[in-house]
Amino acid sequence: MKRAVAFWALTLALGTIGSAYGQGASILVQSTTSTANSGLYDHLLPEFEREEGIRVDVVAVGTGQAIRNARNCDGDVLLVHAKDQEVAFVADGMGVERFDLMYNDFVLVGPVSDPAGISGMADAQEALKRVAEAEKPFASRGDASGTHSAEMALWADAGVNPMAASGAWYRETGSGMGATLNTAVGMEAYALTDRATWVSFANKADFEILVEGDEDLVNQYGVILVNPRRCPSVDAAAGQAFVDWLLSEDGQSVIAEFRVDGQQLFFPNAQD
Amino acid sequence: MLSLRVSLTATALACLIGLPLGALLAVARFRGRNALLVLVNALMGLPPVVVGLLVYLHLSRSGPLGFLGLLYTPTAMIVAQTILITPIVVALSRQVLDDLHAEYAEQFRSLCLGRGQAVFALIWDGRYSLMTVGLAGFGRAVAEVGAVIVVGGNIDHLTRVMTTAIALETSKGDLPLALGLGLILMTLALAVNAMVHGLRVTAVRYAHA
Repeated sequence: MKRAVAFWALTLALGTIGSAYGQGASILVQSTTSTANSGLYDHLLPEFEREEGIRVDVVAVGTGQAIRNARNCDGDVLLVHAKDQEVAFVADGMGVERFDLMYNDFVLVGPVSDPAGISGMADAQEALKRVAEAEKPFASRGDASGTHSAEMALWADAGVNPMAASGAWYRETGSGMGATLNTAVGMEAYALTDRATWVSFANKADFEILVEGDEDLVNQYGVILVNPRRCPSVDAAAGQAFVDWLLSEDGQSVIAEFRVDGQQLFFPNAQD
Repeated sequence: MLSLRVSLTATALACLIGLPLGALLAVARFRGRNALLVLVNALMGLPPVVVGLLVYLHLSRSGPLGFLGLLYTPTAMIVAQTILITPIVVALSRQVLDDLHAEYAEQFRSLCLGRGQAVFALIWDGRYSLMTVGLAGFGRAVAEVGAVIVVGGNIDHLTRVMTTAIALETSKGDLPLALGLGLILMTLALAVNAMVHGLRVTAVRYAHA
């Protein structure tokens, strides 16, 4: 018993040391992975921190997990890309208000050899249908992320139930975008990815973009302040300052300036 | 270096908790002892990600200890790793000290040592072997990624350690960098092991001088 008390006392002491780290205001953003892996935050956050003096910590997980974490009040701001889930989050009272922040697009990537022959197709659903008919390997996130939700919507539109082929040609990795791309490259499988992650992905091997430009492939990002009434731990002032800055002309132009290999990866549209 | 700070602290805590428990298990005889030994041995196989989830659920703002605000701090990572490796320290030290106890039991009885004194004497006498036990715990802690990524969140400059950085670079497809970080981590582990080995050699020499 004494030992247990000593243990918790020690833990508490360590905790106090740990929390003494952060001087000044800081907020925690629950985020999708693409914005972190592509390097957007490394470009964006120093600018915000310099202007407002608020430190921003980012936990980058899939959209599904980010929303779950925010539902547990483990974060001040949510920055994800699955509109239906975001709207539900606000409707449940967990979020204050949802704002469009920026967009880019999803692309279908695959090996140059293109065994299903989808290269250059303009219709994403038709391309997926062809992959299914040819029964060529397709690597899915399978993790309730924003990209996974978008992929499932495309399959539904195409009238294909890929889950029937789960483990056969349809392979769910259950992991992040980068890990799924590594897997896809390893087994010559097609995959749906957001363009930001793809452009900054370094292990492309002989993979390239095969299908792009369909308007159904638009990838909209949203930002939400977690509701301080539901989560008293939320730093509403600092969190709101971050949201306001992202949506402001300043923040939007910093997003537009971000380039990887000379390519713009995120297109701000908060003020449309 | 956060990796070392977190894992060494966790190892120290695990030894503080685990060694006395291991010694007590070696000395004590009671009903259900064998079942307990099997349980402790099985807990050596605790999956890191499960430990991470359990700690997350407790430290989350909506969890019972959420008011402490410890989630996504190095402290949370230390707690998770301590839980992960304490069973390793208990189980391995129990085995080492059990063997030692078999040798000394007679002597302890003739000296009329109490259980507490016996525990202390065993730990002191087995200290060199127990260093290896500590190293086994440290090795597990410094190499795991599943627990720290869940409770730490892999936040840059705050809770990013070597293993979570390796996982991140792998997911960015930067395999050479990931591998390079892996080599650095192994070098660090080697350095810690070399230091402990040096300590042991010096201590033994001193003891015999």
